[in-house]
Amino acid sequence: MGIDKKTVEDVAHLARIELQPSELEKLSRQLHDILGFIDQLSSLDVAQVKPASHILPISNVLREDKPHVCLTPDKALENAPGKSGNFFSVPKIIE
Amino acid sequence: MELNQLTAHELLAKLKKGQFVLEDILNSLYSRIQTVEPKVKAFVRIKAGERPVLNPSADALLGGLPITIKDNICTAGLNTECCSRILEHFCPPYDATVISKLKNAGGSIFPFKANMDEFAFGSSTENSYFGPTHNPWNLTCVPGGSSGGSAAAVASDEAIWALGSDTGGSIRQPASFCGVVGLKPTYGRVSRFGLIAFASSLDQIGPITKDVEDAAILTGIISGYDTNDSTSVNKDVPDYTRSLGKDIKGIKIGIPKEYFIEGMDSEVKGVIQEAISKLKSLGSILNPVSLPHTQYAVPVYYIIATAEASSNLARFDGVQYGYRAHSDNLIEMYKKTRAEGFGEEAKRRIILGTFVLSHGYYDAYYLRALKVRTLIKNDFDAVFKDFDCIVTPTSPTPAFKIGERSADPLKMYLSDIYTISVNLAGIPAISIPCGFTKKGLPVGLQIMAKPFNEEMLFRLAHAFEQETEWHKLKPKI
Repeated sequence: MGIDKKTVEDVAHLARIELQPSELEKLSRQLHDILGFIDQLSSLDVAQVKPASHILPISNVLREDKPHVCLTPDKALENAPGKSGNFFSVPKIIE
Repeated sequence: MELNQLTAHELLAKLKKGQFVLEDILNSLYSRIQTVEPKVKAFVRIKAGERPVLNPSADALLGGLPITIKDNICTAGLNTECCSRILEHFCPPYDATVISKLKNAGGSIFPFKANMDEFAFGSSTENSYFGPTHNPWNLTCVPGGSSGGSAAAVASDEAIWALGSDTGGSIRQPASFCGVVGLKPTYGRVSRFGLIAFASSLDQIGPITKDVEDAAILTGIISGYDTNDSTSVNKDVPDYTRSLGKDIKGIKIGIPKEYFIEGMDSEVKGVIQEAISKLKSLGSILNPVSLPHTQYAVPVYYIIATAEASSNLARFDGVQYGYRAHSDNLIEMYKKTRAEGFGEEAKRRIILGTFVLSHGYYDAYYLRALKVRTLIKNDFDAVFKDFDCIVTPTSPTPAFKIGERSADPLKMYLSDIYTISVNLAGIPAISIPCGFTKKGLPVGLQIMAKPFNEEMLFRLAHAFEQETEWHKLKPKI
């Protein structure tokens, strides 16, 4: 399976990254090569193999539902590029 | 010898005897930095003549000894930017668990953070927003990556010891290129809380040091269960220094035939074969073994690691921290922020990762990669039934020239061919200096062990180190 320019453009939109035309050109070429290399995996028969989404036998780690100290609003907003009162501010979403 | 050239355990012994004070160590480090940093560039955001003060608790275990930290590990009040424009000016409001542990043990956090490939995406430290680090053994070569700043700082004696992070070889490969010791602990041994995530199922924090004893000390301090990281494992941390000084008679070592193939530098091969003979002369039992799915490790890695990265890096959107591009439209703001904030390799990996997870491609790429990951892990399980450890080169080549591979991402990805399987299988591995090429570039020997058997790594590595002088050689910068 390969990847064409149109697919790269769509995926870049999903990933919320604006690409310049020259970047799109270069990236499409490089991703095509990388995926060509990755395609060697298709030669393996994995029908009976279980996927390893995680390497440790851990599942559903729970903790007690108790209140604990967390960041104060001031601290949490310290690094914000835009803030207003106790909130992060962003460009208007609803017209 | 100057104080900055000593190992942490040597300095601690002398501190205890009162032969000097902490201030003397700092003076020696800062004076070294002043001389060689303009050439090595191991640190980021460093200002000439700047000399921040440390406030250590000098009577605890580590006596206030400074530790150099990679720029992706959160240090409260000290900028942590992952060497990316998108985290410009980010100053964490909290410490990573490993940082709290170091502070509790009486260590001080060195105020200059170590350079790295942006978000740890790379094998050469050339992908840093702040520019490349240079290899102390040859300034025209890369120090390896992504923890290249940490490794170069330790190798050039600009640091006593350091922490790095390893997702596909990012501690071991730079340790190998710079002639120092680097360990990737078992997945789950060290808390990842406060490590800015690259690929959460692969990332581990680990030490980069001048010798094996320092690595054992530092690993002991940073290891352990942490309720803030649900993937850390609740298992006692042994005193790793007790693994040192033991003989290795009868230890069963496997040499995987798939690691000694075409593409391996002939000088590296020679050096590794000599190291293997040395291990044999120390009484260990060596036998060839097979890890049949080795060739699939790199493709599997570049699916799983980029998939996880694309998800982890979704948080960098110009809202909560870091760089924000101006736009009156929200979606456009995200897109411009990420276009201007991420470097080329980060964009490449995010887009590749998004692609392999996207509808219609998930089964063919991501799911298939997870299945092959199982096969790779099974390979190791099978070998470890009969063997205590596996020995390989850390990298197929010594340090390469700056710029040599940066135009070809695929060629760069293949630099990690010997280190990647370890992360996929979740096992621990160490790289130790084992010789030099004719041109004077270091070569690293990699030792792998069963999950949670870091003790075996320290035992074998220390026995080898005691019989060799490679770790004592210093670069002329």
